[in-house]
Amino acid sequence: MTEALQNLFWILIFPGFLFTIVLGLAACWIVRKVSALVQWRVGPPLFQPFYDVMKLMGKETLIPQDAQRTVFIGAPLVGLAGVLLLSTMLWRITLAESDFVGDVIVAIYLMILPSLALILGSSASANPHATIGTSREMKLVMGYELPLVLAFVVVIIKTASLVEPGRQLSLVAIAQNAPVLSISGMLAFLASLLCIQAKLGFVPFDIAESETEVASGIIIEYSGPLLAIWKIMQAMMLVALPLFLVMVFLGGIGRSGWSLVWGIGKYVLVLVLIILIKNTNPRLRIDQAMKFFWVYCGIALVAAIILASIGNYYGINWL
Amino acid sequence: MSWKIWSLKKSVWVFHVNTGACNNCDIEIVNLLTPKYDVERFGIRLVGSPRHADALLVTGVVTAQAAGRLREVYRQTSKPCVVFCVGACANHTGIFNGAYHVVGPVDKIIREVDPKAIIAYVPGCPPKPEAMISGVVKALSVL
Repeated sequence: MTEALQNLFWILIFPGFLFTIVLGLAACWIVRKVSALVQWRVGPPLFQPFYDVMKLMGKETLIPQDAQRTVFIGAPLVGLAGVLLLSTMLWRITLAESDFVGDVIVAIYLMILPSLALILGSSASANPHATIGTSREMKLVMGYELPLVLAFVVVIIKTASLVEPGRQLSLVAIAQNAPVLSISGMLAFLASLLCIQAKLGFVPFDIAESETEVASGIIIEYSGPLLAIWKIMQAMMLVALPLFLVMVFLGGIGRSGWSLVWGIGKYVLVLVLIILIKNTNPRLRIDQAMKFFWVYCGIALVAAIILASIGNYYGINWL
Repeated sequence: MSWKIWSLKKSVWVFHVNTGACNNCDIEIVNLLTPKYDVERFGIRLVGSPRHADALLVTGVVTAQAAGRLREVYRQTSKPCVVFCVGACANHTGIFNGAYHVVGPVDKIIREVDPKAIIAYVPGCPPKPEAMISGVVKALSVL
């Protein structure tokens, strides 16, 4: 009984739902504030993302007449559940080192869930703009999943010789090393940073949600509390995905003292890199994005895998 | 004051509807987002879909073609919402008063859909960005 309560506390309050929401909305504020500063504006006040979510919770929910009601309402909840599971898992691994073999694979699958939920929800909403957004999101998912998995393959090759046998696929073991301090690891880190950018739906990869072009695309028909759930989901992804990058590439977050501070610094570094990419690039077309992910990222990552294998075989760590 | 209205005042998302304006008011609306005025300080944001909006910024005399669309956009907006008539044309059809293509002004069309709609008027040709901010503040204070 107490164990069940303990698990519930982990999932719902700390470090799962509540903690990640608060952190995610703060990260949202950082994104908007830094964007504003880059554009020489003042930017929103600290609690702006909280006000936004609170306001959306109090608004009317409109459901289109032709929409498939169950899927339309269920999709945001599925997406939220996926990202909640992902963030709880990553925080538990960071804070308590409780892991299981193959959690990297589980994390990769959980990271696709929000995108799938978006695709489901928008295709259920019976709107032509949403249909365009759906098709773009599908193509984008197909585009970035391949380089993302290849980047993790590089990490697994790099760390295979450093961790004890049988734990090559466990995040706790991988997070002890920082593969970014080598040529192949650096290539993989940069490629997966851009994939994360696409997963978060930020410029230059906000093709599915382009506000001025297809009028918010995939979330066009959502209003009120359902829209608030999408916003919360995106805020939580803003915590979970950079945290995953930090754990896989940059050596993870420590549990006490300076290593904790240094770990938070790494998270902020990844976040600021994402924001700067967001603010210095125009939106790509979907064919350009596909070409970028498959051709350029693909070639770079194949080169990285070859370099990592050579380095692993001859014992050269910096390769 | 309930928490719904309180949070609505803190974060107003705006959808821009052009019902046949000459683009002058539209330029002044976009001007609000530039570094000089930066309405994101007050939590005001332009959004791409009326479903997300809390306020409709309507510009232009309502032409015969645009009237149906304006009614539809108002129905699609999730309530509570505020309608802003921006510019002389939107307020009382301005210099186009009595022209063959005009069925407006905006408040008449909106009242056909919802007699109890909250409508704010920002006069001027075009209104200054300061006037629009002042209009938003006044409209929100009566909510």
